[in-house]
Amino acid sequence: MSRQSMRANDPKKVSGELFTLTYGSLVAQLLKDYENVDDVNRQLERMGYNIGMRLIEDFLARANPGRCYDLRDTADKIQQAFKLYLGVSPSIGSWSPGGDEFSVVMETNPMAEFVELPEHCLGLRYSNILSGVIRGACEMVQLEVMAWFIADQLKGDNMTEIRVKFVKRLEDAIPAGED
Amino acid sequence: MFYPLYALASQFSPEPKSSGIEVLEADNFRMNCLQTLTGVKFMVISDPKQSGIDGLLHRIYELYADFALKNPFYSLEMPIRCELFDEHMKSALEHSEKLGISNV
Repeated sequence: MSRQSMRANDPKKVSGELFTLTYGSLVAQLLKDYENVDDVNRQLERMGYNIGMRLIEDFLARANPGRCYDLRDTADKIQQAFKLYLGVSPSIGSWSPGGDEFSVVMETNPMAEFVELPEHCLGLRYSNILSGVIRGACEMVQLEVMAWFIADQLKGDNMTEIRVKFVKRLEDAIPAGED
Repeated sequence: MFYPLYALASQFSPEPKSSGIEVLEADNFRMNCLQTLTGVKFMVISDPKQSGIDGLLHRIYELYADFALKNPFYSLEMPIRCELFDEHMKSALEHSEKLGISNV
């Protein structure tokens, strides 16, 4: 049980399995409550949005990343955050010609490690909470983006891929002195 | 009240690309302000001889990110009535006071 003995040394870390189980039971309960896969996708995104709004401050306080000057900086910071919070190292790629869209590509998705989607849930975006987290976090730093899954290993794709598209800078919300 | 002053200061500054007010010194006190990238401002009013306020402000930012934001019962933009936040703030302030006064 070497994985457990490594975890035991850091009292603040929770086991990855507990996280995966917790998230899984959340999705299962939402499916029972809403019965409709689209509503569940929407709820997951909204929950993610609320998490992102709060998580951004933790990221800024701890990693002290500094302001992003273009979307490539933003993509780097998102990559950093995935590493910090999920322990995965996604790659950033598939930039659109205009430079306003990119993909966050994960080879493994710790949230869905033991999951298999049943037949009646093929429209479910299981990890949609992550799209919301990206959207919520960016909005708090005055960047409006859209984020959505375009590939999911749960659906048979090779990778799990989130597409992020720049919509606009929220000029009115920019804090004083940060022009 | 402070926010408009902060915003005006960044406009009035003779240096281009200035931030807002970071330190305000008076005879009897000094006020330090930390503005985060999300626009939240943390302000500390202290004795002018107190040192280590920048570190204290960062510590307070971390405490906010932990005990206010990670508390699901705390709503954003509302006054922070979280006991854990208050307790940790108190220790951070005591710690800073112990380390702090520089005899200039």
